[in-house]
Amino acid sequence: MLNYVIKRIGIAIPTILILIIVTFYLMHAAPGGPFTSERALPPQVLANIEAKYGLDQPIWHQMTTYLWGILTEFDFGPSYKYHSRTVNEIIGQGFPITLKYGFWSFIVAIGIGIPLGAIAAIRKNTWIDYFAVGISIGAQVLPNFVMAPLLIIVFTLWLGWLPGGGWHGGDWEYLVMPVIALSTSYMASIARITRSSMLEVLNANYIRTARAKGLPTKTIFFRHVLKPSLLPVISYLGPAFVGLITGSVLIDIFFSTGGMGYFFVNAAFSRDYAVMMGITILVGSLTILFSLIVDLLYAWIDPKIRY
Amino acid sequence: MRAFVFILFKEKYMNYLPKSLAVGFVLASFAASSVLAAGTHPVTGEALSDDQTFTYSMLDEFTSADPQIVEDVEGSWFVRDLFEGLMNQDADGNLIPGVATGYTTNEAKDVYTFTLRDNARWSDGNQVTAHDFVYAWRRLADPATASPYSWFAEIMALENVGAVMSGESPPEALGVRALDNLTLEVRLTASLPYFAAMTTHASTYPTPQWTVKTFGDDWTKPGNIVGNGAYVLTEHIPNETATRERNSLYWNNDATIIDKVVTLIMNDENTDFTRWEAGETDRGTIPSGQYPRLKAQYPEEAISFPRLCTYYYTFNLSPSGQEALQDVRVRQALSYALDRSVVTDKILQGGQIQAFTFTPGATAGFEVPAVAFGQMTQNERNAKAKELMAEAGYGSDNPLSVEIMYNTSEAHKKIAIAVQQMWKETLGVKATLANQEWKTFLKTRGGQNFDIARGGWCGDYNEASTFLDLLTTPSGYNDGKFSNAEVDELMTSARTMSDATSNYTRVEEILANEMPVIPVYHYTGLFMLRKNVKGWPFNNVEQNIYSRDLYKVAD
Repeated sequence: MLNYVIKRIGIAIPTILILIIVTFYLMHAAPGGPFTSERALPPQVLANIEAKYGLDQPIWHQMTTYLWGILTEFDFGPSYKYHSRTVNEIIGQGFPITLKYGFWSFIVAIGIGIPLGAIAAIRKNTWIDYFAVGISIGAQVLPNFVMAPLLIIVFTLWLGWLPGGGWHGGDWEYLVMPVIALSTSYMASIARITRSSMLEVLNANYIRTARAKGLPTKTIFFRHVLKPSLLPVISYLGPAFVGLITGSVLIDIFFSTGGMGYFFVNAAFSRDYAVMMGITILVGSLTILFSLIVDLLYAWIDPKIRY
Repeated sequence: MRAFVFILFKEKYMNYLPKSLAVGFVLASFAASSVLAAGTHPVTGEALSDDQTFTYSMLDEFTSADPQIVEDVEGSWFVRDLFEGLMNQDADGNLIPGVATGYTTNEAKDVYTFTLRDNARWSDGNQVTAHDFVYAWRRLADPATASPYSWFAEIMALENVGAVMSGESPPEALGVRALDNLTLEVRLTASLPYFAAMTTHASTYPTPQWTVKTFGDDWTKPGNIVGNGAYVLTEHIPNETATRERNSLYWNNDATIIDKVVTLIMNDENTDFTRWEAGETDRGTIPSGQYPRLKAQYPEEAISFPRLCTYYYTFNLSPSGQEALQDVRVRQALSYALDRSVVTDKILQGGQIQAFTFTPGATAGFEVPAVAFGQMTQNERNAKAKELMAEAGYGSDNPLSVEIMYNTSEAHKKIAIAVQQMWKETLGVKATLANQEWKTFLKTRGGQNFDIARGGWCGDYNEASTFLDLLTTPSGYNDGKFSNAEVDELMTSARTMSDATSNYTRVEEILANEMPVIPVYHYTGLFMLRKNVKGWPFNNVEQNIYSRDLYKVAD
């Protein structure tokens, strides 16, 4: 197990390095730069700005300087768009926000999705099943860019219960709508996956055996059905968790939450190189980390899997 | 894009000096009376609301609150509130005293001497002196600052600015100096009759050297920032909110009515409007295409007013362009067949104005010339367009194929589709549409890799040359590479004329004949403004807003 973890980390480092190099080159290959604008800057002005940020250096030089800054000072560089702010500051401000609403969305998605799928599976082909499947399909097909404005119209404009956006340090009333909008489609997927995998397990021979020897339904469910039917759910949860905590540009746009998703997309459009690199590295590292965690969880849940 | 007023003073503004002192005096007397009549507006006598917090939404985070660094419209509004320059604008865009009580200039108008008021204070209590301006202007030109707006120092024609910007001379060589604490002398390399108006531009605002020295790049953060404006920045959570509150040390604080200005970032226009409707903001966005409905629903609060901006299509006239478009008849036909009323009345529906000239009619001192094709009805234009197209040798057997290039956006797409249809129906032209993401689009257009490309231009200052210079040969923004010797000459001579209106009219006539661009419409400013908010400078076409001029009346 420990060997396996070490091996995986060993692979992770070159993976991130390749990610950095490829992103760096792709980013600079995109037409235009951070200071391209409709009003082209006079050459002298542009030269002064590029000299300040080192953009006049060859790309390999820029990249090694960048990597050196990260390794020695954990400095991910300055933002070219929001002057006088650094990437560390931007991520330091945006990531906790994204992490908070992402984490709660994750909890809500699991907390509702798994029971919903389980009930549907156990009461297969009854109205409960149809109802649960109906809800999850409804939630799945309602994209959050439709859901978000609807929520704001209902809860802010009509009922006046919740503020229409903002963050305020993540007070609960600012958290409710982002979490609902973000969690529904994940919740629906989790419910669907849980239902189908549980149906499979319920039809397995060992469950029939358990029933035949007269085990109580509760014991059968919690001891023999739940754990194996969660395997496909967990393989879904790893990437889903990373997706949730690294931000949703739509949530940030609709609810003005100030999270990382908006910065990420915006940085790409405004060619804010360092911000884009910083967030790419963060998301990349988290993806690698959580896929490792998922793989370890697998071994814990399913004794058949060994490393 | 930031703007500054160029209202060409000419001779009449030379008489302005003594008046400027008078205005200062009148303001001071308002200040005194406001103490007596608490709860009413000192000038209009309207009953004021107890709540004097003005909240508005912004689409995106402002780039900086540093006067010499800021480069966006929203950021400039912050800077106008947090700092004060030598001169200000009133609600109509006229020049009024700011930190300077007035100025004198020589006959050649290349030396200006500003007199500063002695009661102007920084928010830390220090006096605002001429040295603070000298420091700020040097900082603007200094290559070490790497200001994206350092070119402004260049167009201000300050002595030695080129050498300072390229690092050949030290910033101290710049043509600005403090004769004493309250006298600032500026030396120019050219005669600029409108120079004083340029000092309303945010990049010329003073900067507290001691604060910049102490905090470095962090000097504009709340708690660190020291300003000389009517407000101080008390809170800033990037991408969420920023708050500026009344600065009690501001010299004209007694005349300020709004106590607190709050901005909320809202990246989505529909959410933005819903939140305005829910009462969260005083000024909100009108989602595109919604103006007619909202005007009916909120007649007093849905606002539309002309802006100094033109939406146009530019032909690629460079050697890399399509040969057919070199033919003036084809260009005219395409322009004539574009039914502008469909764009303004059916697509945009926000009171936009049909454009037949490149310069908007709202521009100061500009009379929209009666260009012939603007006078015709659309049916006449269509008939003429068919004729021209046939003359040029294009018809159903030999249709013209062109590509319309625009930057990715729903609004541009809608217009391009309509234009495609109009050209197809009227002229049988096969137009294809292509869109590119903004920065890629700028590269493509700047590299002349297009047939017809979309363009939009907002005036940098309130004068026709801000538009027409764009179509001169040396202009860096002339992406269609139109080149006409007469236009170049007229625009060059306009610079030193006391009244260049006739030149501008002539240039527009040439443009109507040569048709290097198709003017489509002139923009309008659109927003929702709560009806108890007064003092909005609608007549200031550049929309240089000073929050301290706003006030809320009691409901």
